[in-house]
Amino acid sequence: MSDLNKLTIADARDRLRAGDVTSVALTEACLGAIEGAGTLNAFVHHTPEIALERAKAADARIKAGDAPAMCGIPVGIKDLFCTEGVASQAASRILQGFKPEYESTVSAQLRDAGAVMLGKLNMDEFAMGSSNETSVYGNVVNPWKVDGRDLTPGGSSGGSAAAVAADLCLAATGTDTGGSIRQPAAFTGTVGIKPTYGRCSRWGVVAFASSLDQAGPMTKTVRDAAIMLEAMCGHDAKDSTSADLPVPVFEAMLTGDIRGTKIGIPREYRLDAMPAEIAALWDKGAEMLRDAGAEIVDISLPHTKYALPAYYVIAPAEASSNLARYDGVRYGHRATLGPGDGITQMYEKTRAEGFGLEVQRRVMIGTYVLSAGFYDAYYNRARKVRTLIKRDFENVFAQGIDAILTPATPSAAFGLGEMANADPVQMYLNDVFTVTVNLAGLPGIALPAGLDSKGLPLGLQLIGRPWEEGALLNTAHVLEAATGFVSKPGKWW
Amino acid sequence: MSEIDLETARKVAHLARIAVPEDNLPALAQELSQILTFMEELNEVDVEGVEPMTSVTPMRLKRRKDAVTDGDMQPKILSNAPDAREGFFAVPKVVE
Repeated sequence: MSDLNKLTIADARDRLRAGDVTSVALTEACLGAIEGAGTLNAFVHHTPEIALERAKAADARIKAGDAPAMCGIPVGIKDLFCTEGVASQAASRILQGFKPEYESTVSAQLRDAGAVMLGKLNMDEFAMGSSNETSVYGNVVNPWKVDGRDLTPGGSSGGSAAAVAADLCLAATGTDTGGSIRQPAAFTGTVGIKPTYGRCSRWGVVAFASSLDQAGPMTKTVRDAAIMLEAMCGHDAKDSTSADLPVPVFEAMLTGDIRGTKIGIPREYRLDAMPAEIAALWDKGAEMLRDAGAEIVDISLPHTKYALPAYYVIAPAEASSNLARYDGVRYGHRATLGPGDGITQMYEKTRAEGFGLEVQRRVMIGTYVLSAGFYDAYYNRARKVRTLIKRDFENVFAQGIDAILTPATPSAAFGLGEMANADPVQMYLNDVFTVTVNLAGLPGIALPAGLDSKGLPLGLQLIGRPWEEGALLNTAHVLEAATGFVSKPGKWW
Repeated sequence: MSEIDLETARKVAHLARIAVPEDNLPALAQELSQILTFMEELNEVDVEGVEPMTSVTPMRLKRRKDAVTDGDMQPKILSNAPDAREGFFAVPKVVE
């Protein structure tokens, strides 16, 4: 049986339960696809032995009739998740050789549900980037190709997005601090959801900006996102910000009925420089939701403009603190020292060799905005603006808005290397539609909604009320059905 | 327009414990200046009387008894150290 790697989670689950396929066969199909896709550089640590062992165990479990939905499903794990005994280096040189003695809560929950880990996925170093060009493993190449150029899959979860789009796995884990699940999903024609802050435990996930980081699934369909998200969520005593709330059966909430719901269209998201194709896609999305019985309402989120600058104060500030732990003492890389070098030289040389340029830049910006004399002017002001951004959302939800529809990205995937000469701020603009969601702690989902004139996928984003991922997924499910998006990249790799 | 001079760039690099070669300081200073200028858009916002956000979801941190809940895993903790000796992390001489 061929092409098992192309299945959705839902189809694979049903066929596994029916005894129609085995997890070993699914896993072998994915391992074969991965082997043939070295050019994409999506998988950077391969774990075929672990995968086959878990697949066998999953098959036995399915046979015994004790099989959660994720049992036997082959998935890729972003390199940001610590996985026991398997290299986990956040795509950074400074964690070279690091093999955790523990498993992150999210990947442990997937493992315990019977999911099969195929290997670790490429990403931007420490999840800092929007093009997967800051990785120590090198660029990930987007499986979508419409001319001679190699395109970015987006970032930071670029390996996850490329792997799912290229059918190297049925689904993958991602993480999202400012759009790192949703932007790559949009660039690769896949689905990615960032749940409400606190839904997924951050324990064992290499920290970037702790008040913004959330894990989430990257999948081929909205239904798959519902299935996998449920397995990843849940309270964890080891993460003090993890929410002690019951996790609903999200898939059961995909009723396809959104009649009477109110969808907000925020006027501040209509950028002056927005490409006509993106504006048209957005309008079309709103029309489809109206046709499905939703009420479309113009809304205002007045502080939107300040989300990016606030984010680029808060995220680097938290990163400078979180990344202080990489000092060459407890794990990872340590620089070779010269005669007479003391501990300060060890720190400085280790971090200069171990961190790439973008990470260094953000750590230094964070250090600056937290330093004496600037803390109030930058960091505290940004946190106040964050309060106002969250208040904007609270106000529209109080007016009865159920979900908000926006574009996912300001453009389709761009070419690798094309932003090399742009200043750092230009790259940051990729996050313009997604970053507000992290600042406000809300759930957001990106789903493919069409192709641009060149044939590249474009995504829309839906933003939901806190803790209402189920309703959000249902709205996305309706939009997915209405767009009828089924395009896949043609295989060239 | 914010200007980071060479001296400030050097100081920030040192505070961040990242060795930056003298030759790279001008480019670094310029990049940091660009980013700070971008951040200064925040000065347009009236934040009078607004509380800085401390927690994005309304929550109170859980409390537990101040007791040992874990431990006794010295080999695991040292297993990834670049230099571990006799049950300790080893570093260059700290005190002269």
